[in-house]
Amino acid sequence: MSKLIINRRGLLKAGAVGGLALSTPMHFMRGAYAADASCNMPTGANVVFGFNIPLSGPYADEGADELKAYQLAVKHLNGEGDGGMLPTFSSKALKGNGVLGKKVTFVSGDTQTKADAARDSAKRMIEKEKAIMITGGSSSAEAIAVQSLCQDMGVIFMSCLTHSNDTTGKDKKRYGFRHFFNAYMSGVALGPVLGEVYGKDRKAYHLTADYTWGWTQEESMKKSTEAQGWKTVNAVRTPLGAGDFSQYLTPVLSSGADVLILNHYGKDMVNSLTQAVQFGMRAKQVNGKNFEIVVPLFSELMAQGAGDAIKGIYGTANWDWKLDNDGTKAFVKSFGKEYGVPPSQAAQTAYAQAILYADACERAGTFFAPAVIKALEGFEFDGLGNGKTLYRDSDHQCFKDVLVVQGKEKPKDKYDLLEVKKIVAAKDVTYDPAIFGGDLGPADAKTCG
Amino acid sequence: MDAIILQILNGLDKGGAYALIALGLTLVFGTLGVVNFAHGALFMLGAFCAVTFNKLLTLEKVTLDPTQLTPWGTAAEIKTSLVEAWLGEYGKVLVNYSVPVSIIVAIPVMLIIGIVMERGLIRHFYKRPHADQILVTFGLAIVLQEIIKHFYGANPIPQAAPAAFAGTAQVGMLLGMGDAIPYPWWRLIYLFFSLGIIGIVFAFLQFTTYGMVVRAGMRDRETVGLLGIDIERRFTVVFGIAAVVAGLAGVMYTPILPPDYHMGMDFLVLSFVVVVVGGMGSLGGAVAAGFLLGILQSFASMNEIKSIIPGIDQIIIYLVAVVILLTMPRGLMGRKGVMED
Repeated sequence: MSKLIINRRGLLKAGAVGGLALSTPMHFMRGAYAADASCNMPTGANVVFGFNIPLSGPYADEGADELKAYQLAVKHLNGEGDGGMLPTFSSKALKGNGVLGKKVTFVSGDTQTKADAARDSAKRMIEKEKAIMITGGSSSAEAIAVQSLCQDMGVIFMSCLTHSNDTTGKDKKRYGFRHFFNAYMSGVALGPVLGEVYGKDRKAYHLTADYTWGWTQEESMKKSTEAQGWKTVNAVRTPLGAGDFSQYLTPVLSSGADVLILNHYGKDMVNSLTQAVQFGMRAKQVNGKNFEIVVPLFSELMAQGAGDAIKGIYGTANWDWKLDNDGTKAFVKSFGKEYGVPPSQAAQTAYAQAILYADACERAGTFFAPAVIKALEGFEFDGLGNGKTLYRDSDHQCFKDVLVVQGKEKPKDKYDLLEVKKIVAAKDVTYDPAIFGGDLGPADAKTCG
Repeated sequence: MDAIILQILNGLDKGGAYALIALGLTLVFGTLGVVNFAHGALFMLGAFCAVTFNKLLTLEKVTLDPTQLTPWGTAAEIKTSLVEAWLGEYGKVLVNYSVPVSIIVAIPVMLIIGIVMERGLIRHFYKRPHADQILVTFGLAIVLQEIIKHFYGANPIPQAAPAAFAGTAQVGMLLGMGDAIPYPWWRLIYLFFSLGIIGIVFAFLQFTTYGMVVRAGMRDRETVGLLGIDIERRFTVVFGIAAVVAGLAGVMYTPILPPDYHMGMDFLVLSFVVVVVGGMGSLGGAVAAGFLLGILQSFASMNEIKSIIPGIDQIIIYLVAVVILLTMPRGLMGRKGVMED
């Protein structure tokens, strides 16, 4: 049995070491701990962002626009170009010298607009390419799948185009953050406008894409239109990617409904809307009123696909390049100079998410995921194009103004298809997170799984 | 009653597209014995013939106007239509009728594509197992659709029907039922167009010497070859004709479904089911099964049916295929000995 002998010299040495340790700055200590504890903490001069976007499949054009925005964000973070929205962003933590002094590089993967491919691609970027964060996606099914993976691996996921209530509702995760608005907000913003424009005595028929986003969109629109006094005649689920919707549209003609609500997005929206117009629904009179079509979630890229059919149709959008605020102007200028076209709402939300993550790292003073999560939770900001915005801590949903838009009757060109009819204030679309349930789960640091 | 008539019309319309694609598939299979998974891509290429023709007609001269600036500070582009500048009112009419006029362009283009496809690739797989043929043609379909995606993007590109046919026909008036059955003019035109093409193909095979030789070759190519007829060359032309039929089906479908690079794949699987249900190698069977399955699919989507059997609209075609193949293993009009070795 050994005996512990403490002499004067030993005591002095131990005291010196202990004193040095106690006097070390906290952030230095946290960094040292985090290197072992948080997934893919950067060790060299670079930090790797993972852009997980659909480069094939029905949302490939939106994915291409997202990638352009991410590349622009990386440029601006590294101090290249005109800085985009960094000068207008209310947080001044980013200095244009990368993130925490490390140059931002990126890897990208094709989600193919499929949940399983999106998950595989994200996993590869985390495991093989050492991405410290994942951002992207163009469907709620993708977002929910990748968010769940990121929670398990301890990597922050900044989702892009996902509109289902479930993403920050029943499927919310501590490691997932959504800047885009959701179906509930679309319903709350659009319902009163529809009541005002089309009257209170209306009968609505829903055609709904049969997956998580469609279900929550239908539920939200039913709720908001019924609150206006409308009746729901029928709600029919249609398979995703049906192509020809004629067999679902013809029953609408004899249903007694005078409004058709298309809870479709992407290619389905283009097809169902075009075909509804072909069936003469815009020119029809039912119950002594003009028959109307509503598309709750609009996208400029999809509007281009629908052509003239989009004229006069009401819907909602997260952002529009024609908005009159400093952030939007700066972003449009920067994006337009780089690519010769104005950015889509997909591009704006992608850019904002990349900047918000980088800013949170700077403010936290570390890449350590739990600390970055803390920096994002409850963060209030402005200057990224949407006005004052809050990243709510209880569900990681951004709350900001929602745009009610209408297809322009006489657009100047293919980038001028939507007109902002009303800006609904963030406070009017804010809701109690408890209504959608879910649990964020723990913020424990994980070493990639 | 009006709902039933509308669903019959929908079914016939959809069935027209299935029948045209299945007809081409059967022609290729019956003559060359090749299971062509690139046939859907030919439908898609036909649709993009219409898109390309429209793009050419709507080419614009772009000039920069430094007095007007874009939101990002560069000179604004002023665009003027070249065709309208050259041809005046005739140019406007040509743009308006670009979809039907593009048929004239699509016929030679699709014939050449079909012949090149057969001579350049598919002929090397005649004696290979069907699995090899499926793999190579499926690969070819993916290559073709990726090429289209590269040049035209992934989003659907809407093509307008001529303004005169953009509205709806009051089918109910013809049946003495008032205005209860509005049906898009262009869909009716598509139905009659598909019936016309089917009639022309059958007449060509039935009433021309060339067609007679092809039919004889489908029955017994060796004997026809022994008679000194170059049956392979004729079959190459048949492949070209099948490509033209699929291409024309695609051209005329563009105002119904805005074309994108993936539209061929969406139709391919269903069309194969149509061929199998109709009977491998049977042209009449392919047409009959096309219309039958189109109508059944439409009826299965009715709310009254779906409330009894939820989800039936998504499985009806496969369900019918299973039932028909169990009771009639050769399909509705299948010939003995085809694909039975």
